[in-house]
Amino acid sequence: MADTLDRVKRIIVDRLGVDASEVTLEASIKDDLGADSLDVMDMILELEDEFSMEISDEEAEKINTVQDIVTYIESRA
Amino acid sequence: MSKRVVITGLGVLSPIGNDIPTFWNNLIIGKSGIGPVTQFDASAYPTRIAGEVKDFDPLKYMDRKEVRRMDRFVQMAVAASLDALKHAGIDMSKEDPDRVGTYVGSGIGGLKTWEEEHIKLLEKGPRRVSPFFIPMMIANMAAGQVSITVGAKGPNSSAVSACATGTHSIGDAAKIIQRGDADVMIAGGAEATLSPMAFAGFCANKAMSTRNDEPEKASRPFDMERDGFVMGEGAGIVILESLDHALARGAEIIAELAGYGMSGDAYHLTAPAPEGEGAARAMKRALKDAGLEPEEVDYINAHGTSTDLNDKFETMAIKTVFGDHAYKLAVSSTKSMTGHLLGAAGGVEAIATALTLKEQILPPTINYEHPDPECDLDYVPNESRRVPVRAALSNSLGFGGHNATIALKKYDGAE
Repeated sequence: MADTLDRVKRIIVDRLGVDASEVTLEASIKDDLGADSLDVMDMILELEDEFSMEISDEEAEKINTVQDIVTYIESRA
Repeated sequence: MSKRVVITGLGVLSPIGNDIPTFWNNLIIGKSGIGPVTQFDASAYPTRIAGEVKDFDPLKYMDRKEVRRMDRFVQMAVAASLDALKHAGIDMSKEDPDRVGTYVGSGIGGLKTWEEEHIKLLEKGPRRVSPFFIPMMIANMAAGQVSITVGAKGPNSSAVSACATGTHSIGDAAKIIQRGDADVMIAGGAEATLSPMAFAGFCANKAMSTRNDEPEKASRPFDMERDGFVMGEGAGIVILESLDHALARGAEIIAELAGYGMSGDAYHLTAPAPEGEGAARAMKRALKDAGLEPEEVDYINAHGTSTDLNDKFETMAIKTVFGDHAYKLAVSSTKSMTGHLLGAAGGVEAIATALTLKEQILPPTINYEHPDPECDLDYVPNESRRVPVRAALSNSLGFGGHNATIALKKYDGAE
């Protein structure tokens, strides 16, 4: 969990240009971290590379918070 | 009566400087910005030299997220636009955003992004292509991102006319102000195509110099031993304003943009029309639009690419337009120092021409060593010269037969 969160955090910080302290589990990707739809798709590509998995568009649409990402990745691990 | 248009701000990123004082100083001391290509491994190419912009840090102008969403040409357009607005002393919070427009073009667009994403497509498949690929690559995005960055909500467009892009952008923007659709226009061009595909393509049509052993001597417009252009990158942005608007806010006026002319060769996809007849018509239209007599023009910032045909035909075109006066006025090609910035060339050269009028100093054509009997004008060889300059032209001629000329005048008061 901690490891997954760290890796997710690193990608979010890099892709969205936000401060690591803003990337809490409760943070909403769009509302709190300022991502637009293009950023989300770009971030999904990075997550797919980082965790060697494919995230379907359907699954991607369900992602709202940082917790959602971590939970999804852990469920696939 | 149409409005007078003046230039009140300049912003530049170029192989000879990333700010106006450095750029101008290097122009008048005749410094070359050409060196070996460092942005990619050019060892397999016939041409391995270029005019690279050194030490450009986009993070000085925008945050990391924005940098990631912009091709280098867009980053440079945004940076030069912010510098130009600052130079003009324009505070967007005091302007009506609907009266501030953007007209910034690129000759080619985000070719580097295109190449990187195409590799992903081939190696990893279509799902791996970035969602930012299209909005980073399209050539209009410099104008789009500049307007987003500064909040300019007025007329917004871009020219794409190869090496004439920058001059078309500035000329078209001036017309928007003249007809009353904006008070301020951010105008110019940006290009960043020092990439494998651009080099492969231009090498294939034998347009570029192969003087790889002497990079600083490779761009030698009008010289008998010229052997092609040297590609450069950068951005040149000017702030155009209606004279009324500039006076009302007490702006310093650098020069007046008095006229604009354009034409098409309707001849060949890359070669200029014989005797430069298309270029001559663009110059004539710019003079007429400015209400200038040929004898009032003291300087021409030539397209002067250092290719055999361009320099010969542009010289003939100048003689067609100016007759005997062609031998009295001065012509120089600042591409001898900057290299050829393609779509940004007209922007950077408008800046050089405006500064020529303000400072009353002619920038030289460097590397002029061997006179060519077919190029027999005063090209301000190798050393800058202080002379009175009343009016000046800047020419840009692009693949496709696009010809554009702007006519600038020394600003001599609102009379």
